[in-house]
Order: sequence, then C-alpha cells, then structure tokens
Amino acid sequence: MTPANPTRPNVSPPEAGETSSRLSPERSTAGRVDEAGANAKAALAGTSGPTLPVESSPAGRQAVVPRRGVPGPSRRWHWLGEKLIESLIRLCGISSIIFVFGIVFFLLREGAQFLFGGLDLVQFFTSSAWYPTSQSNVRYGILALIVGTGTVTLLAMLIALPFGLGTAIFISEFCGPKLKESLKIIIEMLAAVPSVVWGFIGLSVMNPLIINLFNAPVGLNVLNGGIIVALMSVPIIVSISEDALKAVPDSYREAGVALGANQWQMVFRVLMPAAKNGLLAAVLLGVGRAVGETMAVLMATGHSINMVFVKPEGGFNPGWLFESCRTMTATIAAELGETSVHSDHYQVLFIIGLLLFFITFIVNLVADVIVRGVRGKK
Amino acid sequence: MSTVAINPSLRFTETAAVRRRNRTQLAVKIVFFLMAVLMLIPLVTILAYLFYKASGILSWEFLTTNPRRGMREGGIWSALLGTIYLVVASLCAAGPVGVLAAVYMNEYAKDNWFKRVVNLAVINLAGVPSIVMALFGLGAFVLFAGIGKSILAASLTLAVMTLPVIITTTRESLAAVPMAFREACWNVGATRWQTIRRVVLPNSVSGIMTGFIFEVLRAAGETAPIMFTGAVFYKAIEEGDLFAYGLFDQCMALAMHLFTISTQVPGVKPEVQYGTAAVLLVTCMCINAAAIVLRVYMRSRKKW
Repeated sequence: MTPANPTRPNVSPPEAGETSSRLSPERSTAGRVDEAGANAKAALAGTSGPTLPVESSPAGRQAVVPRRGVPGPSRRWHWLGEKLIESLIRLCGISSIIFVFGIVFFLLREGAQFLFGGLDLVQFFTSSAWYPTSQSNVRYGILALIVGTGTVTLLAMLIALPFGLGTAIFISEFCGPKLKESLKIIIEMLAAVPSVVWGFIGLSVMNPLIINLFNAPVGLNVLNGGIIVALMSVPIIVSISEDALKAVPDSYREAGVALGANQWQMVFRVLMPAAKNGLLAAVLLGVGRAVGETMAVLMATGHSINMVFVKPEGGFNPGWLFESCRTMTATIAAELGETSVHSDHYQVLFIIGLLLFFITFIVNLVADVIVRGVRGKK
Repeated sequence: MSTVAINPSLRFTETAAVRRRNRTQLAVKIVFFLMAVLMLIPLVTILAYLFYKASGILSWEFLTTNPRRGMREGGIWSALLGTIYLVVASLCAAGPVGVLAAVYMNEYAKDNWFKRVVNLAVINLAGVPSIVMALFGLGAFVLFAGIGKSILAASLTLAVMTLPVIITTTRESLAAVPMAFREACWNVGATRWQTIRRVVLPNSVSGIMTGFIFEVLRAAGETAPIMFTGAVFYKAIEEGDLFAYGLFDQCMALAMHLFTISTQVPGVKPEVQYGTAAVLLVTCMCINAAAIVLRVYMRSRKKW
C-alpha cells in the first residue's frame, strides 16, 4: 500500500492486519523490534478493551494496530470487513465507467442487428426522407432530424451565450456580494425548472405569444424551441463561466487596474483572454445540454419533419425561424412507444440514440480536455 | 479653491478619451446588469402566470383525488404518489453507490490516469441525454434484466442518470474536510475505512445531504427516462392509500402526467394542465430551496 500522499510518508493510514512486506525497510525493522512489546500490550489490551490508554511508550502505540504476527479472531474479522468494504468502495468507484460502457453495450445490443445488416448508412445520414412506417417504401433518413437538432441548438446558443456570459461577468465582476448571492439563487432556481415544464410553457404560453407577435402561421417552431432551450442552458453556461472567471488570479486584475484600465477594459482585455478555456468549455457544455434536451423540444418545436433552411420547392428559406422542425431526441421519445420490440424501426431509434450518445460524449470530452489540458492538470 | 492656484495646464483634466472610456464603462455595466435582470424576468413572469392560471384549481382535493374522465378533470393523486415512489426508490439505489463512489474518488484513488478516466466517466454520464438513458433503461433493466416495465426499472434508470449529481456534490464536501483530520485519525491507529466512517463522512454529512436533495430534484422532474421504463399514461389507485403501488407495478408520474395531458389527450381543461405544472414547479422549487437553506446553514456552521 503506497501512501495516498507521497510527500507525507508517515501519515498514511495503517492497514488493518498485516502488510509489512510492502513497508519500507526501516519501518518493518521498527515493527519487528516492537513486536514483543506489542504482543504483550495486545494481551493486556485484550482484558480491558482496545481503547486502553497505552501511549506512554512508543511500543504502546504499536499495540493498537499490530503489524505482524497472528491477529486475534476479532481482528481477523475486522480485517476481513475492512477488505470487504474496500472492495465495495472500489466497485462503486468504477460504477460510472461500468454504466458508460453499459449504455454503449445495451444500445448496441438492441440496435446492432439492423445497424450492421440492413441499414443503408449513406441514406441514413444524407436523406431527409424519414418514413419508418411506410407500407411500400420504408426509408430511414435522419438528415432532417440532424438539421432540426442543429438549428435549435444553434439558435439556443445564439440567445443563451450573450446572456449567459453577460450574466456571469456581471455576477463575478460588477455586482456587490448581496446582489451576487440573490442572482445566483435565481439562476439556480431557473436550473431547477423541469424540462417538461419548459415544454409546457412553450406549448401554452410562448405558442400564442409568437403567433400574435410575429404573425406566424404556427407558434410551435424553431424560434419557440430555441428560446426554451436557451433558457434551459443559460444556468449551466453562467455557472461554468463564472467558475472560469473566478479562477483567474486576482493579480491579473490588479495588474490591469495598475495599468489604468477601468472595469470593462479589464474584463475584455484581461479576464476574457485569461479565462477563455473555461468560457469555451461552458459553451460546449451548453451545446451538449441543448443537443440532448428531449421533452421541451418535443413539445415546443412542432414536431414536423422539415428541412427548415430549404423551401419545399427548393432554394434557401429566409423564414426558417418560423418553421416547425423535429429533433433526434424528440423522434425517439415520440416514436419508441409505438414500435414493436426488435422491429427495424425500433432498432433505428436505438441507432439514433447511439449517435446522440457519441455526439454528447465527444462534446463533453472536448470540454474536459479544454479545461484541464490533455494530461489533466489540476 | 486651492486648485485654482495651480496652472490649469498641469491639472489632471478629463480628456475626451477618458470621458469616452468612462461612458463606455457605464454603458457596459448597464448592459451586463440588464442581461442579468433579463434572467429574472422569465422566471418571475412564468411563475406568476402559471399560478394565475392555476389558482382556480389548486386545493387539497386536487392533490388527493385521482384524475377523472380520461384525465380531463379531477386531481393528480396517482401521479403525485408515483413520483414520490420513483424518487424514493431511485434515491435508495443511487445514494449509497454515489457516496461510496465519491469516497473512492476522493479517498482511495491515486492521482493517475485511471482516476482521470473515472472522472471523465462521471462527467460523461452526467451529459448523457435523458432520452438515451431511457433507451439504456429499456434495454438493460426492462428487457435484459427482465424486470419488465415497473417502478423498479424506472427508478433504476433514474438512479443511473442521477448518480453523477450525488458523486460530484459528495466529492466536493469530502474534499473540504481538512487533511489534518484524517492524519490525526490515522495517527491514533485507525484504519482507512474507520477514518472515513468516523471522521470524514460525519464531517461532510451536510454536503452529502445537498447531493441527495439535488438527486431528488433531478429525479422528480425527469420525464424521458421513465416514459418507456415504467410510467404509464393513466392508472387509478386507491385515494389516500400511501402504499397503493408495489415495486413491480407501473405507475403514473407527475412530469409524465403533465406531458400526457398537454399533448396526448384532447380537451383537457386548461386549469388542470396549469395546476399540474404549478404543482410540479413548486415541488422542484421547494426542493431546490431546501438545498439552498442547507447550504447557507452549512456555511454558517463551518468549523474550519
């Protein structure tokens, strides 16, 4: 057992039971010298409990945890219990790895048959024809769904980024401690709103609002979904970019002020360049959140398969903001309940799930690498 | 005035550049303030609007009666109880595993590539879309483990999903326990686990509680993961019976119920929809407020 903290070799916790073979030579010698005394003390301690105050001599301290020799029966149980709980802790420790692999495994298990036999991958990625239940010509093209996810995410980020970064800068640089606390609580409350409630708001509050304000034919559209998803991803952007700004050393700020910069100059010329990695990570995690959002976009975007940028007759559609669209997540949520288990349609939904998993996996990985560097500095 | 005596050309005067700079400073400050305040407006408006619309129906009776007439009228009792079951069961599953995982990462893991991988796994698990979790739960618990669509399968799915919440919160509070506490404990001969159980965990109990509260918050609001693993559109149960569900029953859930009555069922009274949304929202806000109160209390009691 190597100590957890190599700079403090003497403070590693003693093992229950016997590990002297792995101790350093000096310590095992010390253990041997103390052994006789330790055994004597252990015998003594056996009569009046192990909490007997025996710290009068160095040997006495050894008596509390015997390092070698045959431990008594209670100690052996104790040692066993310690080993048991330790392996349990290790198992729980790697549980998240198990679950991440489990997700890939079970998604593949349900979808592999069709993924490796039958699914036309070129059509899957390049066609916008999604007719999973067609009688005559079944086609699985998810391009429109990818475009839907991409558009909603893009719009959400366009709205959430300025507000998120602005709020983070205001919280960390411009406001007093009291206002700071209350703003942080409000943003936390914003994060606590469940996604289905956001979806309901999109459906019954934003929908009529958009129809009236913009004279749009339908209120459940890209704009609606974008605003809702933006509101959902603002809290994560704010909290992570605020952390990033907080991590910039005060000496940077002091140097800026000493050069005669005022607050906004310092923010733009000193803080933002210094915290750019953290801010980038905040953006990426916001993107991850937006891509994975399910219930809110299902309810707020209108759920019709639509290449929003392309007019039905061809050419760029300038009114894409007010088109209904459908995302990958929403498709799974809406259609999985209606498919029969292990049908092609069912398996395609699992393949879309796998694709979503890898998208968010890569986004999170890149965010982590940006924040900590490739080798994981603290 | 004394300044008058000084040669005006030597006095520090606001040049045009300085004035412009100060104007920008003020403008930027106002813009940032507005951005922050704009976060406030949607929250307050939405809350006020939801309550305004729901005010007619919110009552004790709304909470304790089953939905009636194809969910178009009546209360939310079976959904409310279902959510409580799901939350409690998922907390029972995720709580111990999450705390022990945090203990592993903070107390046992050496600082090497493996710890980095574990860390990455936690981050990625936190970022998995909820609908992908639903697919995982369906594949792993419902079909592979053969549990079938039930409260157990749904809450296990929720547990996997919320595990990172508990891990990260607990880990922070474990890391906040000073190293000297552990060293003192080791020096009187306690083993690693004794130290953790008697010193580290008791000293970080409020942080662990915060983690549990956030888990509950997350589990109560999620819809997608339970849609295909155990939640049903409609199920009537005995009103007022707290033990109406069994672990292997399917159940209704508040979040799922809100989704159902606002998209799947035509002709639902708006105040039933708004009432359900308001109850769900208030539940989540209260849970979050509990976490905030706990955090403030914790900070005031901090001993080191």
